Parts: sequence; C-alpha cells; structure tokens
Amino acid sequence: MSNYRIQGATGDWEVVLGLEVHAQVVSNAKLFSGAATEFGAEPNAQVSLVDAAMPGMLPTINAECIRQAVRTGLALGAQINKFSVFDRKNYFYADLPQGYQISQFKHPIVGEGTVTLDLGEGRTKDVGVERIHLEQDAGKSMHDQHPQLTYVDLNRSGVALMEIVSKPDMRSPEEAGAYLTKLRTILRYIGTCDGNMEQGSMRADVNVSVRKPGDPLGTRCEIKNVNSIRFVRQAIEYEAQRQVDIIEAGGTIDQETRLFDPSKGETRSMRSKEEAHDYRYFPDPDLLPVEFDDAFVDAARESLPELPDDKKARFVEELGVSDYNAGVLVGEKESCDYFENLLSALAAKTGKDAKALAAKASNWVMGDLFGALNKASKSVSESPVSAKQGADLLALVEDGTISGRIAKDVFEIMFETGKDAEAIVEEKGLRQVSDTGEIEKIIDEVIAANPGQLEQYRAGKDKLIGFFVGQVMKATGGKANPGMVNQLLKPKLDG
Amino acid sequence: MTDLTKLTIAEARDLLKKGDITSRELTEVHIASVDAADALNAYIAKTPELALEQADKADAKIKAGEQKGMTGIPVGIKDLFATKGVHTQACSHILDGFKPEYESTVTQNLWDDGAVMLGKLNMDEFAMGSSNETSFYGPVKNPWRRGDTDTVPGGSSGGSVSSVAGFAAMGATASDTGGSIRQPASFTGTFGFKPTYGRCSRYGMVAFASSLDQAGTITRTVRDGAIMMESISGFDVKDSTSVDMPVPNFEAALTGDIRGKKIGIPQEYHLAGMPAEIEALWQQGIEWMKAAGAEIVDINLPHTKYALPTYYIVAPAEASSNLARYDGVRYGLRDVPQNGGLVDMYEATRAAGFGDEVKRRIMIGTYVLSAGYYDAYYLKAQKVRQLIADDFKRAFEKVDAILTPTAPSAAFAFGEKSDDPIAMYLNDVFTVPASLAGLPGSSVPVGLDANGLPLGLQILGKPWDEETVFKVSGVMEEAANFTAKPAEWWR
Amino acid sequence: MSNIDKATVAKIARLARIKIEDDKLEPLAGELNNILGWVEQLDEVNTDDIQPMSSVVNAKLRWRQDEVSDGDKQESVLKNAPNAEYGFFAVPKVIE
Repeated sequence: MSNYRIQGATGDWEVVLGLEVHAQVVSNAKLFSGAATEFGAEPNAQVSLVDAAMPGMLPTINAECIRQAVRTGLALGAQINKFSVFDRKNYFYADLPQGYQISQFKHPIVGEGTVTLDLGEGRTKDVGVERIHLEQDAGKSMHDQHPQLTYVDLNRSGVALMEIVSKPDMRSPEEAGAYLTKLRTILRYIGTCDGNMEQGSMRADVNVSVRKPGDPLGTRCEIKNVNSIRFVRQAIEYEAQRQVDIIEAGGTIDQETRLFDPSKGETRSMRSKEEAHDYRYFPDPDLLPVEFDDAFVDAARESLPELPDDKKARFVEELGVSDYNAGVLVGEKESCDYFENLLSALAAKTGKDAKALAAKASNWVMGDLFGALNKASKSVSESPVSAKQGADLLALVEDGTISGRIAKDVFEIMFETGKDAEAIVEEKGLRQVSDTGEIEKIIDEVIAANPGQLEQYRAGKDKLIGFFVGQVMKATGGKANPGMVNQLLKPKLDG
Repeated sequence: MTDLTKLTIAEARDLLKKGDITSRELTEVHIASVDAADALNAYIAKTPELALEQADKADAKIKAGEQKGMTGIPVGIKDLFATKGVHTQACSHILDGFKPEYESTVTQNLWDDGAVMLGKLNMDEFAMGSSNETSFYGPVKNPWRRGDTDTVPGGSSGGSVSSVAGFAAMGATASDTGGSIRQPASFTGTFGFKPTYGRCSRYGMVAFASSLDQAGTITRTVRDGAIMMESISGFDVKDSTSVDMPVPNFEAALTGDIRGKKIGIPQEYHLAGMPAEIEALWQQGIEWMKAAGAEIVDINLPHTKYALPTYYIVAPAEASSNLARYDGVRYGLRDVPQNGGLVDMYEATRAAGFGDEVKRRIMIGTYVLSAGYYDAYYLKAQKVRQLIADDFKRAFEKVDAILTPTAPSAAFAFGEKSDDPIAMYLNDVFTVPASLAGLPGSSVPVGLDANGLPLGLQILGKPWDEETVFKVSGVMEEAANFTAKPAEWWR
Repeated sequence: MSNIDKATVAKIARLARIKIEDDKLEPLAGELNNILGWVEQLDEVNTDDIQPMSSVVNAKLRWRQDEVSDGDKQESVLKNAPNAEYGFFAVPKVIE
C-alpha cells in the first residue's frame, strides 16, 4: 500500500486514481480505411473518402489492428474476447467527420488483465486493467491559424487507437507514473504502440478522486489528454489537493471533465454550459461482429517477444545481473536491446558463457556507456559506439589485450571518433604487456630505484606493495598486465 | 420503325446483338423521351452527353462481340447512388451542389457492362417516404392517373418507377429500406426487385438505414429485372456487409415451371379494412399459382403486426447516426448565422437542409437511442426484429416462396396521406417485414383497380434464393398478362 | 411511457444539432408522441431470452490486409468543401 496522503485540515486523505490510456496502434494503414498512418504529411493528404465521411462510404477493418490489440491483451495477461462488437459513439465535432466515432462499448476485444508496477527497491504492485478496446482517432482542429476560422485536418481521422482502461487501483502520483511507464515499456517491447507521448501516439485521461482512508470512493474528475508522465504526476497532485480543499471547505465535487494546463500546473473545467454528452451508442450496422478462433490467438501469442518482466527475471536469475541494473536496462527497450546485442557478441567473440560476462557487461553499459551518453545528451539509439563495437572493446579486456583502465581511455576515443577498439589499441600501442621477462626486468629496475621503500616494506609496511605496483604501471605507461605485476612483484619484494 | 422506347431490355438486347439497332439510336430516342416526360418530374438531373458517349462505347463493344445483358441499354439512376462528377444529392437540400469524386459499386457494375445513364432520378429525401412527396426537387407524378387526378408514384423510388412506367428509361436502379422498390412498383404497374441483403454492394449508396438498405431494380418485365439485377449484383470488398456469393444467371431461372413449388400464404396479411379488390387479386394470384402446378400452403408469421413499429425504431435510429455527417463542414449546404460559431452552423445548416420528414425521423432516432431509452426502444426493436426473422425462417422450412399483396392500396392522390405520418407508414405494412429479415422479394404487376390504377403482388423468397423469386414472378407475370399502359398524358 | 414535452424536444433537437424554433417545439412534441405511442405496441411482445439481431447477414466480418491503398487525394477530399484554405477544411470557430 502506498503511504501517499494529502494532509488536510480534517486529517489525511487518500487519492484514488484510474487511467484511460489512448495508444495509437502500430499499423501501416488506418483502422477502417487504406490511408496511411504516418505523421507529418501535408494537411488532408492521408485521407481517404471513407475518412472524410463522404456519403455512401463504408468502413472495412484492418486485420493488423485486430492482431495488435490481441497481442497487447496477451502481453497484459488479459482475457481475449473472440467475439467483439464495434459501436458508434455519436457526437458532433468539426474533426469527427462521420458525426460518430466507431468504438467498442459493450463488447470490447480485450477484457481484464494486469500491469505490474516497479516501484523501486524491488517493490512491485499489481494494477488491474479493466478492458482494452479499439476505436478511431479523430482529426485535428487548429484554432490559432485564423481570427475567425478553425482549420480542420483529417490526417489523424480514422487512425486506430487502443483505449486501455485501468481499474481505480492507483493511490499516488508515483504509482500513476509507474503505471504509464510500465505500460509504455510493454507496448514498445511488443511493438503495438511506439509510445511517443510528445507526438501524441500515447496520451492519458486520468480519473482522480479523494477519500478518507477506508471510506467509499469519492466523486471523480477526469483530466483529459495529458501527454507526458511528468504532467500526469503534476496534474494529479494539483487535482487531488483541489478536491480536498473543496470538500474541507464544505463543498462537493462535480463529476466533470477537466484539462491540465502545464504552463500553470493547474487543472481547469472543460465543461461548457451545455448539457452532458449523450453518446447514443449502438452497434455499427456497417460492420459485423469481430470474430476469431483460438488458432489466431495462439499465433498472436507466439509472435510476442520476451516481455519486460520475464526478461528482468532472466537477467537477474540466469545471468547474474544485479536487480538494479536489470531494472534499468529492461526499462527502455533500446537499452535492453543494446545490452543483449553486446552480450551475445561478446560471448561469441570470447567463446565464454554469457553468464560469466553478463554482470561485467551490464556494469559497462550502465557505467561507461550511459555516463558518456548522458554527458553528450544522446540516447542509446544515437550512441556513436555500437553494441558490436562495445563487445569488441570488452573482449579485448577479457582476453588480456588491454587492461580495464586502458579500456576506459580507448572507449573515450571510440565515443569521439566512432573508430573500432582494436584499431585504436594498435594505433596507439596500448596492447597490454604480459611478457614475464619484460615485466620482471621493469620490477627489478623499480625495486633498485627505491631502496628506502623496499626497506620499509620488508620491515612490515605491507601496504607499500601498492606503491611498487603503481611505479611498475607508471614505467609501462599503464600497459603492464596488472595481475601479472602483482604476481611477480611479491616474491621479489619478499626477497 | 417501332417506337424504341416501348422495347423491353431483353428485346433491345436481341436487336442490338443482331445489329438491327444501335445503342446510339436507342439512346437518342430515350433522351428525347426523357425531355418529353418533364411533366412527371422523374429526372432531377439529365446527362445526355454522357449517355451518348456511353452509347458509342457500347456500340463498339457490341461490334467487338463483347455484348452483355445491359450493354447499350439506357437506364435512369436513383439520386441515392453516387455517380462521379454528376449530381448526387439523395434529393436533399443539404447535399446542394454535391458531385462525388467516386462511383457507387452498383452503377460502376452497370457501366462496366456497357449500360447508358440518362440521368439521375427523383426520390423521397434520403429515401424517407412512401409517396415521393418529400423530395427537395418536388414530387414525382405517377404516369397512371385516377381519372383526371394526379396520383403519387409511391416511394421512395418514385423517379425510378415513374421513368420506367413512362418510357423515359428502359430500367432504373432503386433502393429498398422498408419497401421503397416494391411499393412504388405496385403503384405504377412495373416490376420491382429487391435482392437479399448483402447481394448488392452498398458502397457509394447514400445511407438511410444501413442494416436495411439494399439496391434493386425497376423494369417493365420480370426478364428485364433478371437481366439488370445480374448486372448490379455481386460481392464487393468495399462493403463489409456484402456477402461473397456467386451471382447466378437470374434469367436462366425463368423456366416458367413452378410445378411442385410450395407457395406460402401468410394468414396475418389478411388485413382488416383492406380494399376487397386487393383481397380478390391476391386470391386470383393464388389461383394462378395453383393452375401452374404450385402447392398453396397456409403459413403463419405471427409477429407481422410488429414489423412496422420495429422498423420505425430501427430505421430512424440508424438514420439519425448516418445523417450526422451532413454538418456543413466538408460538402453540401452550409448556413452560418451572423456571428455564429460552429454549433450555430450545425444547427442552422441542418435545420435548413433537411425536410420535415427527415427531421422527424432524425428526432425519433435520436430519442430512441438516448440515455435511458435505448433498452426500451432500440434494443427491444432489435429483439422483435429477430423474432420477425425467425418467423420467416420457420415458414421457409415449409415453403419455397411467399405470396402477398405488395401494398394495402393503389396509388393515392397528392396530399392524401402526407399530413398523417402513421397513415403514410402503413403503406409499407406488407413490404417492411421482409426488409427487416433481409429477404429477396419482388412486386409483379397483375391488374388494375376499379379506378384503373395498377396493383401488384409481392413474392418473397429465402435468403440468397433470388432465382425462385424470379421464377415465381415470371409465372405470375405470364398468368396475369398485364398489358395495360398509362395514357401518355405527359408527352 | 413516452411523454415528450417541449423541453425534451428541445433537448433532442440540441443532440441532433437541428435548430427548431420555439413555436415549433409544441407541435413537434405532439407528432413525436403520436409516433412513439404507436411504436410502443412492441411492449406487448415477450422478448425474454431473445438476443437482439446483430446483423441480418449470416456472415463473418472480413478483414483487410494492412496495406496503404488509399489517401493522397487532398484535392478530391476538399473538392466539395464549402470553405477550404491552405489544404484545410475551414469552419467557424467554436464559441464558448
């Protein structure tokens, strides 16, 4: 249980949260027409006569959108409904050409499922998914292009959306954020939504209510179309406080739709003077019910990649990656792909078991790579050092060609120039010295040059071995194999 | 030379094949006939240049030995069907000036077969009406008059029947939602055919009630109906409710042999207060069927009386949603009050653009779908609709076809029923049940009433068994030998 | 059951986005009540355990392949527009 509480004058308040996430389905064509779904086209260029609701135009359903919804349901462990129905949701708006949105009301394609939140420090929480249904996106109205007119672009009109409705299971802004983060990660892993919140391909409606712990649910307000995880948190914080303030001042909460204004960090009522909507849902007579068999569901299941939770468990349990590292790596699909590609290349190159390499590899990705990327403000997918190049570098450390310390220098050059590790090592002569005779010769010289320290060492100041190692490394320009230096130095110092 | 406008499609087809006439000749005569029939107000847009162009193409096709049933045949198109670059407004003010950038599948099928378009035909606004009095382009007149009194042609396919009965088209496309093909066919002595729901594509057909709308034909003979129906039928991927079934050779079904066929007579169709001459004609039809060797079987369709109320919930509900797209944003009429915003534009445009009957149905449909009323009206109606379909299913376990009157009256005069919506709706009492069940049906002209107005009998078949409907219709047509023609007062 | 008054007619008209003048509300209420009163004879029918008809066609919904086969026809889309500017449909602004 979350301990998030709002301290009011009358005591502590609990926040109850549910999310409705609209996720754009990854598909080439729209849900009911053959027009393209890509962003960035000229206005009304990706519009078919069906999308523009010309008289007599009819919808035909895109098989891929059905498959993607089923895959999403399977990834959330949800019930898959082999019979579902498209309904019309009737309302008027300039960017809703048909005068209704084709959606699913009574019989959605996916039923109840679960999203497991990662709350840090190994804590998790299950949040219920109520349903997922398929529906059409609307077009776009632009109100700021002309003093008297609104401009309407129908390029988005008819693009497939999945509406993923959670149960009111979340109790803090952090949980709502973790839910969105996790959902986004899963959708991106299975490739059913690109999760791009800035472009609007994923947006959330947040239902917020407050109550005294143990009391029945309070009246909720719905904050529409919040388009970043940070804004979701801010919107909840503001809205919950607003509700507490109203109730404590003796008022009541109106069930209403509100809008979050990121510039002010406030929510405000969207309600106009008009009466509430009455969507007059009824089954779309232009379409028949959607039906499929177990074989279709099985094929969809087989097409799913390893899911994030399974992957994390495998990293920890089978590969020995730390829980923290595994969590971070799995959290972003690109990071995880990088790590997995690096690890398999490294295993192949060194002939060693991935298990023996995974912890080191994960530390390198999380430390060296992420550090450099962070400093350069680059994402993993923009990394100048590919996973294969990273593996080559780590392989050089593995086989003793260079030391870990030299590897850091080599990586710096790789990151700047994009060159391969081996080329840099050759070019700069950074190959580690592992020749026993050569190292012994240098050790002898170092001992001879430092008689005072030798005397103190032999008098019992063991720690001085570090000084001698340092001197040897310095004399070889860091290239001496540190393991061998340690091994050879001791007998000589001990005499 | 004979008057080419009096030819049937089948006769014209044979003459075209033999090279005795050309499509251009046939088309020119019909263009003149269209002009001469202005008094009927059947055409609301004429396309003579296009017709001649199509006729020349058809003649080339025939020369090349590529003639099909409809090649070179001049027809009229109900204004409900989208025709690229040509007036398509479902006879509503709200679609003012609309010229689609696309062609309906039904008309495309006709043009692919080489048919010739004379123009667009008048109809009740959005096919809502049974007398063609709701058209924005004014009422259509029936070529048949009651003495000196003009009569309505029936509806909603008023222009279709009037043009065909008035020799201003050899055939016409039509559409049926609750009887809009069969009832006007009965009123005008023409043959009307409505196929199984899903047989013809609805793509490009302006929607009234999607679960009921189905294209069909108006012709002067059963054979012509078979020829034209075969052309417009067929599976279409662009319509999710179009069914992938092969289209039979309907004409081949006209064997004249119905021996041993079981013809059902639904007892519930003996309506109290129906004119005696309609009862008598129905009985006459039964006798003809018997004489042709069919077996007459009394059947029950117990939910018949609930068909009209069911229809007047389902159809307006779907219409209220289908007609939401007429909002002044993307095409057609736009009316913006001074200083008005978007909502004012919607309300003004739709108030100015829709006629009274259309508004009435949108209001009814909006109400029966609204919160708190959905279950009581719409859901209830869809359940009763299932019972009506089940009635037919059970009946068709016993019979091959069903014979009923097409309409409870002959054509009436203008204004006679337009003040009472329910009286007008009752016109469709015999046609609506089959529409609700998606069944194929026809209306065959069989006789005249005491006022000299035509009457038809309705023949219904099993789903996808249009062939039996044609076969029985053909036998009925031959037995009735309906040769009466309207006096050509309009010329 | 049905008892549509003036206010209900106004509400339905608003939902349907059809402007109806005040003096027309009362007569329209009468008409709608007549029709609804007539259709309410369906209440006589026992429909317990009856599934509502979902489609008159006994067929399965066909699925389209995920191919871009349409669009790229801005001119056609805008051709019949009462007002189009810079490739957009143009409409009066929403007045709050």
